[in-house]
Amino acid sequence: MSPLLQGIATILIGVGGCVGYFYGANLLLDRVIFPPSGRDPGANISRANAVRPWLFMAPAMAALGLYLVYPVLGSFWRSLFNRDGGSFIGLGNYTDLAADPAFRTAVLNNLLWVLVVPAASTFLGLVAAQLTDRIRWGNIAKSIIFMPMAISFVGASLIWKFVYANEADIGLLNAIRAALGFDDPIDVIQIPFWNNFFLMAILIWIQTGFAMVILSAALRGIPDETIEAAILDGANPFQIFFRIMVPQITGTILVVWTTITILVLKVFDIVYTMTGGNFGTQILPSYMMSYMFKDDGRATAVAFVIMLIVLPVMVWNILQARKEMR
Amino acid sequence: MAGHAGRKSGLVWAVHLSVAALVVIWLLPTVGLLVSSFRDRDQISASGWWKAPLPVEQTYRVRTDPEAAVERHGRVILSGNVFDSEDSAGAGTVTGFGVTGRAPAEFAPGESAPLRGGGRLTVAPDGSFTAEAGSPFGRRGPTIYFEAASPPKVTLDNYRMVLGADGMDRAFINTLTVTIPATVIPILIAAFAAYALSWMEFPGRGLLIAAVVGLLVVPLQLALVPLLRLHETVGIGQSFMGIWFAHTGFGLPLAVYLLRNYMAGLPRDIIESARVDGATDFQVFTRIVLPLSFPALASFAIFQFLWTWNDLLVAKVFLPAASETKVMTVKIADDLLGSYGGDWGILAAAAFISMAVPLVVFFALQRYLVRGLLAGSVK
Repeated sequence: MSPLLQGIATILIGVGGCVGYFYGANLLLDRVIFPPSGRDPGANISRANAVRPWLFMAPAMAALGLYLVYPVLGSFWRSLFNRDGGSFIGLGNYTDLAADPAFRTAVLNNLLWVLVVPAASTFLGLVAAQLTDRIRWGNIAKSIIFMPMAISFVGASLIWKFVYANEADIGLLNAIRAALGFDDPIDVIQIPFWNNFFLMAILIWIQTGFAMVILSAALRGIPDETIEAAILDGANPFQIFFRIMVPQITGTILVVWTTITILVLKVFDIVYTMTGGNFGTQILPSYMMSYMFKDDGRATAVAFVIMLIVLPVMVWNILQARKEMR
Repeated sequence: MAGHAGRKSGLVWAVHLSVAALVVIWLLPTVGLLVSSFRDRDQISASGWWKAPLPVEQTYRVRTDPEAAVERHGRVILSGNVFDSEDSAGAGTVTGFGVTGRAPAEFAPGESAPLRGGGRLTVAPDGSFTAEAGSPFGRRGPTIYFEAASPPKVTLDNYRMVLGADGMDRAFINTLTVTIPATVIPILIAAFAAYALSWMEFPGRGLLIAAVVGLLVVPLQLALVPLLRLHETVGIGQSFMGIWFAHTGFGLPLAVYLLRNYMAGLPRDIIESARVDGATDFQVFTRIVLPLSFPALASFAIFQFLWTWNDLLVAKVFLPAASETKVMTVKIADDLLGSYGGDWGILAAAAFISMAVPLVVFFALQRYLVRGLLAGSVK
């Protein structure tokens, strides 16, 4: 019982502290530091109003700065040191990485993940969105395809461990193989190179629902006139879909693609749970975790490599946001 | 729009069938796990989960007790029931039996099989057996192998085992302890920041918004080493407090982004007129903007909840490795998969215990989740 009580107490303290800060800080600002009284109340009010945005922003800025901005610099700095942080070795960790065949496998696999998973999820999501929008029970179908979003990557990996299991009485895949007349069960997780795709299938299974939901909203936003015009011109359904509808939602497709790409670059749970990085399935995040707690220099160097890969996406994101704000 | 292109009935059927196929593919893996989690451990390895409603054929081995033998007409007779043994208790009908492990179902029930040491053995479908020989059995009675079809068993044993013996109950509480503050605190912080970024004038606002958008992309991996060291220096170390801070920091960019998008879209008139009436920003925020932003707050809350509940990476790094602080994902990935790698019933039950709460939240609040997704991605 005690951990639960401890949990509840800490929840109350944490949340109470947060509410207390905002309420108390405002009170302090309005009543004590710049009270709307004294010799020049108007000046005090405008002074208080100049400070207040920063009061509202302060916790967020502190948290963002500490947990996201500082780590970028901190990680880079740390990656220039050796295993225990004792001596400065410059780019030593990076040259070591470049020479490590396991790292190169991880980079290549990661590249494969970044190419395949967003493309497959977006495409399947687009198809699912288009198909489910046309039938009466489409919303139920959507819920089911969207459901894996609620499941942890660890849970999803376990689910698929059942599908991929070697024993024909447990693994659905091998049962289907057996039913088709193949006698030998195969362990798809251990087939060199191709096993990567079986791991990717798990993430595609999770992410397709996300893509479907967003693309479905975008498809509904397409003006009817463009489609009606195409029908009058005699276009078939496939032409309408690929030539008329898809081009009109390119922007949304790009957003979905980018979001999934970012996710792929962060995900480590699936590889960790399914293979632990064995059988040539290592990707950068799981490769980094194999050095976590052992060699901080190496681990941060890998993290920084991931950051470098994400950098163009980040720049694109910011440019996109600025364009929207104008 | 829907229907225009699908008037040809053949195409409509193709659409129905394709969606049905998609749904089956998406649902089947999870259904398999769910079914397995309620099955008996021995039945799981004896037949696939898709045969769960059918009787399961399993092979058993029982030792007979030679003390129970009686002598009649110069012959030693040993009788009993194979289902009296602990391992095979409750199993249904004998479908075959044998006297060697290599051919456990060599004989049909009712036939008589020659025993190795001389004599004969008969096993009836209901499990009763008779072994008779000319001379007493040795110190060990004959071993009977048999195959029995047992009715499908629905059991909660897997759940009992996982929750009781394996500490998933503790992990469940730990997950809750991590998740609730890590959901509520970032929302509070982000709501104030989002209000400032959408309705207050101050220098550098545009720059800050751009920074938030950029930070959406920063990979979590970068934060692990420097922040763990920082937590250690400050004295938090690996602890629940540390993981709340971490989840708060990592969740904030999305929270600020989603909430700002929503709040900036609120009608200007309401806020301006409240200000004219003399409301302070704090009052405008708490009395007007916050209640109006409920859909956005709810959708981010669901997101952050699912994300912290399902997280493995942050928990592995920021919580101590000791078993009393493990959350469910770590417990499954590190403990259960290692020690029960082949015990599918236990794994399935563990997975379902960890999935139950997110699935309930998901199906109950799906509407808000979708709304939040759309607020952030579709313009």
